[in-house]
Amino acid sequence: MSQIPGESGPSARKNEGIPEGLWMRCPECEEMLFRKAVEESLHVCPSCDHHFRISARTRIEQLVDPGSFEEQFADIEPADPLKFVDKKAYKDRLKAEQTKTGNLDAVVCGKGFIKGRPILLAVMDPTFMMGSMGSVVGEKITRTIEAAADQKLPLLVVSCSGGARMQESTLSLMQMAKTSAALARLDDAGGLFISLLADPTTGGVTASFSMLGDFIIAEPKALIGFAGPRTIWNTIKVELPEGFQRSEFLEEHGFVDFVVHRKDLRSEIARLTDFCTAK
Amino acid sequence: MAETLAPKERPEATVALPPRPATPARHVLEFEKPLAKLEQQIQELEALQAQKQVDYSRELRQLRTNYTSLLRKTYNNLSAWETVQVARHPQRPLFKDYVEMICRDFRELHGDRHFGDDPAIKCGLARLGGHKVMLIGHHKGRDTKEKIQCYFGCAHPEGYRKALRCLKLAEKFNLPVVCLIDTQGAYPGIGAEERGQAESIARNMLEMSRLRTPILSIVTGEGGSGGALGIGVADRVAMLEFAWYSVISPEACSAILFKGSEGAEQLAESLKLTSGHLRELGVIDAVIPEPLGGAHRDTHGAAHQLEQYIAKTLRDLKRCKLDNLLERRYEKFRNLGVVVEESRRHSTKAAG
Ligand SMILES: [Zn+2]
Repeated sequence: MSQIPGESGPSARKNEGIPEGLWMRCPECEEMLFRKAVEESLHVCPSCDHHFRISARTRIEQLVDPGSFEEQFADIEPADPLKFVDKKAYKDRLKAEQTKTGNLDAVVCGKGFIKGRPILLAVMDPTFMMGSMGSVVGEKITRTIEAAADQKLPLLVVSCSGGARMQESTLSLMQMAKTSAALARLDDAGGLFISLLADPTTGGVTASFSMLGDFIIAEPKALIGFAGPRTIWNTIKVELPEGFQRSEFLEEHGFVDFVVHRKDLRSEIARLTDFCTAK
Repeated sequence: MAETLAPKERPEATVALPPRPATPARHVLEFEKPLAKLEQQIQELEALQAQKQVDYSRELRQLRTNYTSLLRKTYNNLSAWETVQVARHPQRPLFKDYVEMICRDFRELHGDRHFGDDPAIKCGLARLGGHKVMLIGHHKGRDTKEKIQCYFGCAHPEGYRKALRCLKLAEKFNLPVVCLIDTQGAYPGIGAEERGQAESIARNMLEMSRLRTPILSIVTGEGGSGGALGIGVADRVAMLEFAWYSVISPEACSAILFKGSEGAEQLAESLKLTSGHLRELGVIDAVIPEPLGGAHRDTHGAAHQLEQYIAKTLRDLKRCKLDNLLERRYEKFRNLGVVVEESRRHSTKAAG
């Protein structure tokens, strides 16, 4: 792993947002890349294979057969049940995020086909409040899980999130219990759940549905963990091991089935569903 | 324990003992300082009365009345931040204290059968309030040595996996489960991550949601995030009056949103982490009252309230048909959350 000059340790991989302009710099290999070329290679760095963070809609476009996606539960909006205020009111924060992203909250759900196989998808959006899970994310993912059980369709959840959303406090926390309980029912019904982890998957999202897949797969070098590296660093003040909390680390420790390059996701998902559905 | 009077108060042979039982000096919280001052005045007057053989009973009665009304006023109007301090009071009863005070029998069970035994979560067979139960709870440790062993009540994956093993035992032998939650959160460390902290918490929530035996979870002190919820999916969720329960501690929340600790007090309000707020939001089913002035003033009183609540609630839960219980457990968590939905606005309630 290359180091960004002047930085090391847990904070080495920030500023991975998607910058504007014709050219962009890869945060991993630091090469200047032609934006169009990156987009054409599924937002993966052509020179070092760094997987850029992508919005939920871009992800869906990459995953499903062209034109096959039907969005569901699209009109579920966040409320501000706690009237939460930090430096900014949550209500204003939501409005700004909605304007910026054109989405109501941090997950897009629906039905689509992957290489001709029908599948239900819930895809988290890192561009909306860091993909954090509040009531809307929990509700939409739960409905998608319930739909998978009802319609006997495979379920794919793409996690990409900083964790539970602080601005809905305990209601966000309860989404962890809610989604996990729904997955228990899907499991009882014999449904297939594939959990795909993208960079980053942390906190309450990792500690609920993300880690409950029949299959758990991850994109290369994605940050995956319960506590964030900075929190751990602040607690134990010990140098974190090389590659700590990256996909390959989780695979090595037995918490991820396999690591998949973005270009192989469609075929690997189709392969898994073929093994697990009668045909 | 019984005879630990401060040297100053050690009575002369002929002098009557002070009216209150002698206990180790109570830690005084910042907002309790006016109370402590009154307490001190009472003690000094008592000492004077004993020493000079003068009758100050009228004055003392007045002071005690003032004290009680100030205590009531203070504790009826705690801010969220003050509540957090009460929940962390060093003399607030811990898991082991409750076991000693309310269990007729407790057979502790060790180990997750995979990696080790985590002292931050204790499990055991217990007789409690007339019921045989599986008792599970966070333990923060009483003295420094034990606190370090238990990581101050912050559990590792093996703690959650031990809890899961014991939950399954309870299911197999039809024992209801009682979980006592008291943690700042699951431990953030290298080993915890290597061994799947997130997976262990997620697995517990999934399995608890379908466990075929009644479950009762009570936040007795701190209910910090996933570390609390890892033993918090239950048929009934309750909190002791001055416990807190939140997605994140006010300090950690401030570190993220304010890049420092100065926002903690304000955020404690914003996070709506008190038992009263959470009862209103429907996150918990009941608030268990604490003795006047909090559990640290009267640990036996607090334990008694807890025991009464557990005994009664388990009686109620045992009466339910298991299938109904599981259906209601699912619905309870299913309905948590507040969203706005245009297409269903007139057909369903706002929540869920
Ligand atoms: Zn690169």
